Amino acid sequence: MDQSWIMGLIGGLIIGCAGAVYLLMNGRIMGASGVIGGLIDGSGRNMERGAFLAGLFIVPAILAATVYPSQTNVTSNLFIVAAAGLLVGTGTRIANGCTSGHGVCGISRLSLRGIVATVFYILAGGLTVVLFRHILGVI
Amino acid sequence: MRNFYALLAGSLFGTGLLISGMTDTQRVIGWLDVFGSWDPTLAFVMGGAILPMAVAWAYSKGRTPKLGGTFPAPPEPRLGRGLVVGSVLFGAGWGLAGLCPGPAIASLSFGGVGGLTFVAFMTLGMIFAPRLKSRLETA
Repeated sequence: MDQSWIMGLIGGLIIGCAGAVYLLMNGRIMGASGVIGGLIDGSGRNMERGAFLAGLFIVPAILAATVYPSQTNVTSNLFIVAAAGLLVGTGTRIANGCTSGHGVCGISRLSLRGIVATVFYILAGGLTVVLFRHILGVI
Repeated sequence: MRNFYALLAGSLFGTGLLISGMTDTQRVIGWLDVFGSWDPTLAFVMGGAILPMAVAWAYSKGRTPKLGGTFPAPPEPRLGRGLVVGSVLFGAGWGLAGLCPGPAIASLSFGGVGGLTFVAFMTLGMIFAPRLKSRLETA
């Protein structure tokens, strides 16, 4: 095992601090799908949501272009990417949350909904990888 | 001020996602791939993120957000069909492409055509999800 777990832990702590700032200052749960979805639904607070997304996009863009070269290694099969995007967008809005909202913010307050959602999306993700990587061999 | 702290939270979130490696789809798929070469990084990210958030939730008890308003009330512990179905759909898409909403936005600048395609279809899914959701809940 390489040292990636250390970077994972440091990055995770920063993500947790991001959620703590959003909660303690603005009184909001930091859910990425909720922030994006709210802009689409027109549920208001557009400036706040827009500012959050601007930070989420611009800072990694600057870091990746300068001191932290990064790659997504996303599959070149655009059909799979499109299907995945559709599933993620639909699923998070139906479940009212994704990895940040249910996983980070929900589990940390011992929310039963957050824990159940996290268990189901990890199970579904694991089964999908088994099916599409090891059985069908397409990802 | 709300916009400033939203920008700060988004910036921290993006930084954490980038340095933890969660913008690399192969790391995420590696975590879900228990039958392949399993990558435990995501568990460290999740654990690291939950820590500051748990402190923030504990601190929030009996207080109000610094910029006014109230903290989000604990959700009803009701585990509806939407929570499970939505999480399964989300997990399937997450496993297929290795992207979820936060990292998808954070990696837009270096994600190429694949990243753009994912975000476009994720947005499309978010637009149509409310119709599916209401159908699920009345069914």
